[in-house]
Amino acid sequence: MNFDLSEEQRLLKDSVERLLLESYRLDDRRKYQAGEPGFSDAMWSRYAELGLLALPFSEEQGGFSGGAVETMIVMEAFGKALILEPYFATVVLAGGVLRLGANEAQKAELIPAIAEGRTKLAFAYAEPQSRYDLFHVEAQAKKDGDGWLLSGTKGLVLHGEAADKIVVSARTAGDTRDKKGIGLFLVDAHAPGLRRRGYPTQDGLRAAEITLEKVRVDEVDVIGDPAGAFPVISQVADEAVAALCAEAVGAFGEMLTITVDYLKTREQFGKKIGSFQVLQHRAADMLVELEQSRSMAMYAAMMASEGNVTERERAISAAKVQIGRSAKVIGHESIQLHGGIGMTMEYSIGHYFKHVIMLDTLFGDADYHLSRLAKLGGLTSEQAN
Amino acid sequence: MDLTFTEEERAFRDELRQFLRDNVPPETRRKLVEGRPLSKDEMVAGARVLNKKGIPYWPKEYGGAGWSPAQQYIFEEEVQAFPAQTMYDFGVSLIGPVIYTFGNDAQKKYYLPRIINVDDWWCQGFSEPGAGSDLASLRTRAVRDGDHYVVNGQKTWTTLAQHADWIFCLVRTNPDVKKQLGISFLLIDMKSPGVSVRPIQLIDGGYEVNEVFFDNVRVPAENLVGEENRGWEYAKMLLGNERFGGAWVGASKERIRRIKHLAARSRAGGERLIDQAAFQQKVIEIEVQLKALEMTQLRVVANASKQQKGVQDPASSILKLKGGEIQQATAGLLMDVIGPYALPYLSEQELEDGNQPPIGPDWPPMIAPTYFYSRAASIYSGSREIQKNIITKAILGL
Repeated sequence: MNFDLSEEQRLLKDSVERLLLESYRLDDRRKYQAGEPGFSDAMWSRYAELGLLALPFSEEQGGFSGGAVETMIVMEAFGKALILEPYFATVVLAGGVLRLGANEAQKAELIPAIAEGRTKLAFAYAEPQSRYDLFHVEAQAKKDGDGWLLSGTKGLVLHGEAADKIVVSARTAGDTRDKKGIGLFLVDAHAPGLRRRGYPTQDGLRAAEITLEKVRVDEVDVIGDPAGAFPVISQVADEAVAALCAEAVGAFGEMLTITVDYLKTREQFGKKIGSFQVLQHRAADMLVELEQSRSMAMYAAMMASEGNVTERERAISAAKVQIGRSAKVIGHESIQLHGGIGMTMEYSIGHYFKHVIMLDTLFGDADYHLSRLAKLGGLTSEQAN
Repeated sequence: MDLTFTEEERAFRDELRQFLRDNVPPETRRKLVEGRPLSKDEMVAGARVLNKKGIPYWPKEYGGAGWSPAQQYIFEEEVQAFPAQTMYDFGVSLIGPVIYTFGNDAQKKYYLPRIINVDDWWCQGFSEPGAGSDLASLRTRAVRDGDHYVVNGQKTWTTLAQHADWIFCLVRTNPDVKKQLGISFLLIDMKSPGVSVRPIQLIDGGYEVNEVFFDNVRVPAENLVGEENRGWEYAKMLLGNERFGGAWVGASKERIRRIKHLAARSRAGGERLIDQAAFQQKVIEIEVQLKALEMTQLRVVANASKQQKGVQDPASSILKLKGGEIQQATAGLLMDVIGPYALPYLSEQELEDGNQPPIGPDWPPMIAPTYFYSRAASIYSGSREIQKNIITKAILGL
């Protein structure tokens, strides 16, 4: 039992934080956000130089064999700086699919390209009607000679517009909501029949709706079993939730810091408003939520690669419930404690608020995970020790 | 970072569970599960059982077990979850650390072995009718008279004073300085002439707390801990320790197990209560918060080994705040489980008897009292509001 970071992990944390402190102030972010492609290619190169894009991949593939704790460190720093680049889409999501589902040839081709920052990926797992059910797949993949033809609509594809290649979930067998019969296909973003409608998200990132009309995919671009990819999808999703929890904690911490600083400087009635107990206690509530969330983000990181799937799902859902609930408390209180200035786009806190609220909607909100946890029997067994 | 317990730690947990099964009297366990009050003999015997296994937190040189923070955590959790004790023995958990940190050699030599052996039952004389959250405004006076202090005044909310052999008190020795600077820490024999105790009945029907009156009580000057007028510092350390155990993770886990066990036997609207979505969701909201609290406590415990001795991690206020909230929520869930049969009231005598046929379904009898009592969890040992003040000042710097 120890909560300390190793020497290497501390170095990783320091180097990411230092980079973002220098290059990711709110004004920088605004600049990156306003241009195309909606984030900074220069920062993407810096992440590659630091090795962040290679972090979770094995050393044989040219990676650093980082685990969930390393991802947690990076995502927390990214949350703190509100970064816009497609790290989560490329490295955590699509990278996760490659790590857990791809064959050696596919990894050898793509992982070095990701690591060096040459190729960006996205993961098209959702559809307009799927809400949070990863197995709800209407998009079809039909066998066609020595390849496949993909048709259907994928929605909310994070950074789908900037991606060079897109991992698409599509059904090869079974009914719309069957867990069996789902395959994963690596699709070139410029393939004939694939159309992307990109758009900004509420929190300043980018996403896309993607339609596929008989898009041809070669057999070599099928990832894993074309009828049995669901276990990979759900493990990638659980690892993604752990990463999102860390990102949220990074944002929460900064939200508390910004709010406390404001309480220490803003004066009304001739006093610093931080001297009013009614406001102090709300700030204390924010701290409790932050620390409870931090604890659960650590727990999620520890359990993200747990082999017992039920235990893993329980832990991940518990963490996402905590993060979702805390996002509301910390988000609402941080705006309220600022008053009018907190409602403006000029000021920082609203940007954090919008981001943590949107994080709740990714890979299942708190209510979704509460139900999932209920179906798994909760966290406590009825049996006495 | 590795949040799993090692093989040795897991073995320690297993051995501990076996120890509790072998040594805690089944009747004591049953009473604790049902929330019935224990007799003094049962409490003393229970504390002796635990002390025999080892004393967490104390340094080895004073008889502590020398366990790692993880082992200390496991011990605390298992004792609560068994359950083997509902409340810590104030000797081991509160006054012992004050004596070995601030006491003189003679005091250490006399009191510490007696605390370990539970020769004396200790109670805490801090709060007064006019000094609750504003504890430093306490007025019980101790005036030096030769080799003695003469004590006059009144303490209140004194837990289990009716059983106590000794009381550790904060007393005012200098009324003319800033209030925190005129307080001393005094050990008083409850058998001293002039000490009297009046029990206070709480809204759960029980008699856990008391008023204690001091009428010209002569206390030997050698019973002063540390230096005169520095008692506030010592009390702050003690209160920090008190909150350290304020998370009650093991106890809340045990209670959630019990809620699930009872809810599987409770029928509502033609189905088992435990199968109803609205009830499940309430339970799971609490389970999630409890898991987070468990991890937070482990972080505080892991950090404690790095903290300066006698300095309290202000994060322990988070444990107390959240731990109290969860105890209150789980007590509410127990009420939800039994529904209308929360209504019948049983006197202490009827509870002790235990041989009467149940009124209505055979639900445990103490559920409504447990719920009523749970409101105290955000009042005692520093109210919720005081904990927030501590967080505000010590962590947020406001």
